[in-house]
Amino acid sequence: MNLGGHAAKSLSMPSTSWKSGDGVPDQFPVGLRVLVVDDDSTCLMILQKMLRTCLYDVTKCNRAEIALSLLRENKNGFDIVISDVHMPDMDGFKLLEHIGLEMDLPVIMMSADDSKNVVMKGVTHGACDYLIKPVRIEALKNIWQHVVRKRKHEWKDFEQSGSLEEGEQQPKLSEDADYSTSANEGNWRNSKRRKDEEDEVEERDDTSALKKPRVVWSVELHQQFVAAVNQLGIDKAVPKKILELMNVPGLTRENVASHLQLLRIGTPSPPTEILPPLRVLNCGHLLQKYRLYLRRLSGVSQHQSGLNNSFMGPTEAAFGSMASLNGLDLQALAATGQFPVQSLATLQAAALGRSTSKSGISMPLVDQRNLFSFETPKLSFGEGQQQQLGNNSKQMNLLHGIPTTMEPKALANLHQSAQSFGGMNLQVNAHGNQSSSLLGHMAQPQSRMQMVNETNGSQISRLPSSLVQPIMSNGIASRVLARNGMVDNGRGAVYNSVTQASSLVDFSVNQNTDLPGNSFPLGNNSGMSSLTSKGVLQEEVSSEMKGSRGFVSSYDIFNELHQHKSQDWELQNIGLTFEASQHANRQGSMDVPPSVLVHQGFSSCQKSRQNRDTSIGNAMFSAGEESGHGNASNSGHQLNTFLTDNSLRVKAERLPDVSCQNTLFPEQFGQEDLMSALLKQQEGIGPVENDFCFDGYPLDNLPV
Amino acid sequence: MEVVQLQTRFVEYTASLFREGYLDAQFTQLQQLQDESNPDFVVEVVSLFFEDSERLLNDLTRALNQQSVDFKKVDANVHQLKGSSSSIGAQRIKNACITFRNFCDEQNIEASLRCLQQVKQEYSLVKNKLDTLFRLEQQIVAAGGSIPVME
Repeated sequence: MNLGGHAAKSLSMPSTSWKSGDGVPDQFPVGLRVLVVDDDSTCLMILQKMLRTCLYDVTKCNRAEIALSLLRENKNGFDIVISDVHMPDMDGFKLLEHIGLEMDLPVIMMSADDSKNVVMKGVTHGACDYLIKPVRIEALKNIWQHVVRKRKHEWKDFEQSGSLEEGEQQPKLSEDADYSTSANEGNWRNSKRRKDEEDEVEERDDTSALKKPRVVWSVELHQQFVAAVNQLGIDKAVPKKILELMNVPGLTRENVASHLQLLRIGTPSPPTEILPPLRVLNCGHLLQKYRLYLRRLSGVSQHQSGLNNSFMGPTEAAFGSMASLNGLDLQALAATGQFPVQSLATLQAAALGRSTSKSGISMPLVDQRNLFSFETPKLSFGEGQQQQLGNNSKQMNLLHGIPTTMEPKALANLHQSAQSFGGMNLQVNAHGNQSSSLLGHMAQPQSRMQMVNETNGSQISRLPSSLVQPIMSNGIASRVLARNGMVDNGRGAVYNSVTQASSLVDFSVNQNTDLPGNSFPLGNNSGMSSLTSKGVLQEEVSSEMKGSRGFVSSYDIFNELHQHKSQDWELQNIGLTFEASQHANRQGSMDVPPSVLVHQGFSSCQKSRQNRDTSIGNAMFSAGEESGHGNASNSGHQLNTFLTDNSLRVKAERLPDVSCQNTLFPEQFGQEDLMSALLKQQEGIGPVENDFCFDGYPLDNLPV
Repeated sequence: MEVVQLQTRFVEYTASLFREGYLDAQFTQLQQLQDESNPDFVVEVVSLFFEDSERLLNDLTRALNQQSVDFKKVDANVHQLKGSSSSIGAQRIKNACITFRNFCDEQNIEASLRCLQQVKQEYSLVKNKLDTLFRLEQQIVAAGGSIPVME
């Protein structure tokens, strides 16, 4: 097998064995650890035999609950899961969600049911494949590809993000390298990078185990993390100490380090040992988390009290304060929903700061502590999400397909933008394909970054186009970028839009547990470069410049972008599905995360361009509006006005507080105001409309 | 009986089962899975199938004879039977299940009962056939021969 050969060549891999440590990496996929779940013992037996014949390491299980506990107990114990759809104790899709969220393993669904809608459900819930019973051995022989693909994607993002900075540090493990060891590579690289900061060799051992399970940064975990960091002080918060303080069994320094990286992005003059890891963030992991988070959000949206709104709010506000462009971005950001409340608040603050040309961001973004403080609201959001999850498993599935690549790219971008805008653009562009995922992902980091930048003051003007680009690869991002980039009103403006957009975008992508994504450290936005996303952005940017027409232009851009990228967007179908499900979910809930909304908006946009075209921006606005509900005082920003119009149009019925103005970025909001506004919004925001025309958000463009 | 004779009978009998639609290619897959490490694999799986099926058929009979029929449950059972029968290659059972499910969708008790009968019948037939087949195998092995592998 090729892989085996490649594996042998990857000398640098500290991988003892990708498989369960029996030390034979060359023989991939021999020994692939498969968990089979099916209540039918006949099928189970046959599958087991077939898989054994393929030389896989099979564990069979006839109950989903048992399977889940097996997986939980042994996070690193399996490479892939095959599950039946119809099971008496738990729906196969529910299991799929759980696994995706908690363990991030590739899951193959199977069923005797081959009806299209069931297969589609599998797709939207994030299954990496769907087998029709009776399953033939030939079909099972190739399941290893899903494992490799998943790792490759994560690794790829990881690598790309890291390569720019640390290229020389680590041997560039080309992606052509043995896929089978890609996970190892990723881990190895991760660990290597971390070495700088942690100087922990033992981490390597951990990371070398390819099957490192992704840590699910649940709300609680994140809170612990934040508490630990705060306790230590940003400067002294090294992963090792954080880990000790957190005292979470099973958590590794590496996990903490990567999480920390997210938060550290944008730290002014970050310690060198910390900076590098930013790029090397375990983006794939984050991306996955975002995805799942997003799904959960969508599922949970019903009950969420205006979380989306709150998200929207800040972004909206930010937009408002910024030039017209920003508005859209904010919406985009808000749409992503990922944008943690804090981020939004921060953004708003930033925006506020910008509008007033304050150098010191009113928002406490100055140091990362702020991030943490913001985190909390976010955390609550996440919690809300999590609760919601229970309620809507189905809905969440829609977003399941969120591109995982987004995270890495987004992170990468954020990092970059934090550091240097130019670079990011490049990177971002490279990641362009990721589009939706990037969008979402980027959104988050961006928002964070903006926040940080804001605090830093002046340099924010340029939005990290790269950040936005990835996100917008589908076009939306570019729009956002354009918005951001163009709006050079204040740093904040640009910044806001970008971050907003990213938060919006990200929202949908983020998973529940992926708070980190949200808390993506806001690097100095100062580094954000103007949009150069794809040229399209440029145009848009210029067109965006119009004041009041900001949004309008954004719409145009979105539409344009949408058109440009339509081919990239596979959202059409997914979006539809998503939208449909979202709608179903959302009916009464305003908790739809902005990101979700965005998605929905996009999907719906795709469905009915004509309606949506204009409403894309609206959708964005709406999202932003809703989130920004109450948050953004009406600064009378033209954007606000525009937003109002749009949002009114789009979501009049939904937004409790339709008037854009109100939701737009409050120019003079103090940090506290924003925060409280955001939080308030969370409670009271009406359901965000689902028809965000997030064209460029290919929901299903995920390399699941 | 001579080994060769037994083997010939075995081959012919198997072929007829395929021809008459009792078994399909999936059964061949099962046979191909059987190897030295697992010489009784097919027999084991099929036995497991018989057990599960009988349980399912009993559940179905009970469910359809309730005052108010829970079609969701009926459908789930039929779906399961369909899955397992297709997994071992019991084609006619599978087909009968498909028809059965259609009537379940329509919530047609009469037709469902008829389908249930049909499924039970197919099940009995296949069970007999496979039992015969396995007996042949045992005889071959007892006579010192090896079971011919069907292509």
